[in-house]
Amino acid sequence: MTALDNYVAPTSLEQAVVQLQELGEVTILAGGTDLMPQSHAGRVKFKRTLMNIRRIPELHGIVREGDEIRIGALTTITELMEHPLVREHLPLLVEAGDHFASAQIRNAGTVGGNICNASPAGDTLVPLMVLGAHVELASKPDDTLFRRSMPLPEFFVGPGKTRLAPAELLTAVRVPIPPKGFVARFHKFGTRPALDISAISIGVGGVLKNGVFTDVRVAFGAVAPTPVCGCAAQEVLEGKRLDAATIAAAAAAARDEVHPISDVRASAWYRKEMIHNMTKRILEDVSANH
Amino acid sequence: MSQQTIKFTLNGVPTRVTVPVQMSALEMIRNVAGLTGTKYGCGEGECGACTIQLDGVSLNSCLLFAVECDGRQVTTVEGLAGDALGQKIEKAFVEAGAVQCGFCTPGMVVQARQLLATNPRPSREEIQRGIEGNLCRCTGYVKIIDAIEAASKDSLPPAPLPGEGGDGRSLRSGLNKE
Repeated sequence: MTALDNYVAPTSLEQAVVQLQELGEVTILAGGTDLMPQSHAGRVKFKRTLMNIRRIPELHGIVREGDEIRIGALTTITELMEHPLVREHLPLLVEAGDHFASAQIRNAGTVGGNICNASPAGDTLVPLMVLGAHVELASKPDDTLFRRSMPLPEFFVGPGKTRLAPAELLTAVRVPIPPKGFVARFHKFGTRPALDISAISIGVGGVLKNGVFTDVRVAFGAVAPTPVCGCAAQEVLEGKRLDAATIAAAAAAARDEVHPISDVRASAWYRKEMIHNMTKRILEDVSANH
Repeated sequence: MSQQTIKFTLNGVPTRVTVPVQMSALEMIRNVAGLTGTKYGCGEGECGACTIQLDGVSLNSCLLFAVECDGRQVTTVEGLAGDALGQKIEKAFVEAGAVQCGFCTPGMVVQARQLLATNPRPSREEIQRGIEGNLCRCTGYVKIIDAIEAASKDSLPPAPLPGEGGDGRSLRSGLNKE
């Protein structure tokens, strides 16, 4: 490992992926809100080159493309929360943003950075999973720009670890516009509303029509090395009416499928109990209000 | 150690500095530019004592890489001395007794200006939410909230700071401003 001895600030995606390919050892800088404290604490070592990607226009902006909303990787949490397309079609992300750190960090931290930091407790990850988001990745191994896309859950490998290749850049996250009748909830459980790393978080989404819940997605944060699918709870809920028996069965399935650790924020037992209780509470709320 | 020369506007003054690439904007502002109003509290974005505005948007300068200031407008608490809304907030903090040890005050004042520029008539709850990224260990916050509320009462629409849009808010980051 060589010390940091080079700084680049590419001004186009093309330039960035070419430099990534050529320079090899590169640390990517976006908002800096994770990179700065992690490098100070020694949890992340700078590679040889620091690449500031904030001057790349292609990574900014939120647009509708067909049935999807494309959220540029450099979108800050504040920009996400205030964007009319997000407010109209993806209110779950607005709700999640409201629980994200503080105003100052929301103004600096980016959606792409939150994804690439791959914290099991990352605040946008669970809601993005519930919305069925894909990440968009770009690289230039030869003469042509290569793009690929991946469902968000597959992108995460472990805490701070993703399937992003060394010469690859996360350019955007794509979120399908939810169908009519889609309802979703996100709940972050911590000790204070602001600046807290969640002890657990839960997202639930699905289409509620004539009392029947379909296309259900459940995801949990901070109960595994990555944000995870609540697949067992999902299966219990799919195609069912949200009555007391179904809700109880889904909450029990959720508790049984997670295997959290004990750490400074909560014990494993407590996390499992909270997953159970909050899943139940969220589903009761969905059932009562739709 | 890699050094980088950057040019930016600091409180309206064109500034050029050479800094190590991993240096924070806070270290650069305090130790290179010599403006010590902005405070180092936690170094992790928890306390807000280092709050500055970059292109009219408040953020934690301890989490910001100094190189990211290149080509942009940086405003610190010193830069609010000549700003009408900044002066109003300063006066309100003094009159409400919102300053005890004073360490959090520069960050509080910059964040209060951000809040009032985007929401000129906030409720007390909105003020609380607005300063949730700023810790104060002395006052218990009540007098700080009183001060921000008082400053909002007779405030005229703020004149834009360097880098802000005419409506006092600019959430777009400074793309290619250099």
